Amino acid sequence: MNEFDERVPELLKRAIGPVADAELKRDLWPRMLERLDSPAHRLPWWDWVLAAAILLCFILFPAAIPAVLYQF
Amino acid sequence: MELLEQFARGDSEAFEALFRQYQGEVYGWIVRMVRDPGAAEDLTVETFWRIYRARSRFDPRRSFGPWARRVATNLALEHLSTRRGETRLAEDCPPPCLRCLPPDPALAADLREKVVAAFGRLPVKLRAAATLAMVEETPYADIAEALGISIGTVKSRVFRAVRLLRRNLQRAGVEP
Repeated sequence: MNEFDERVPELLKRAIGPVADAELKRDLWPRMLERLDSPAHRLPWWDWVLAAAILLCFILFPAAIPAVLYQF
Repeated sequence: MELLEQFARGDSEAFEALFRQYQGEVYGWIVRMVRDPGAAEDLTVETFWRIYRARSRFDPRRSFGPWARRVATNLALEHLSTRRGETRLAEDCPPPCLRCLPPDPALAADLREKVVAAFGRLPVKLRAAATLAMVEETPYADIAEALGISIGTVKSRVFRAVRLLRRNLQRAGVEP
């Protein structure tokens, strides 16, 4: 690297600064337990809306069911 | 070895023992990458959650630490890509960081803002490699292992980061 390039890392280090204290201040195990107890896959609300829309479509247009099943 | 075998078999006590043993190390690595203690705590828990879910695929003959660091690195990169451009300034760090500040505070603040903004515009992979190598002075071998790339690729990313940062700074009117 030339002289100019060596100034850039130095400038970056001065601007951002190394993390002086990277030590964990508290035990995270209680939070880990909460995470383990939470549902693994929670469906977002729009997935439920989509499922409801499809179900409504099947109720209103039952003839569409075989056409949809054919795709699988 | 026995603890790792128990963990791979799904033993929750073994997982707790590993969590307690490695949580500090994983947190320390993540906080150096994301530079946000709160986010680093969240990502540490998420790292171990992913590790727990993948326990059946873990080979007990391998070391746990490097695997955990690799998972943590991937999560930190995901986090950085969603928080694009945000980098903590030196004054956000505890007092030892202040030793790095240039003598003229007014000029320094302006310059720091420009450098941080220019750095934030770099691609996440380059930013991560540059932060670890140039700011945190982490050995290239450690960075390479955590990112799952060769030492040569780490050097290349750092070099490209410097080049891009220099270009971004020039566009911002900074001639270092």
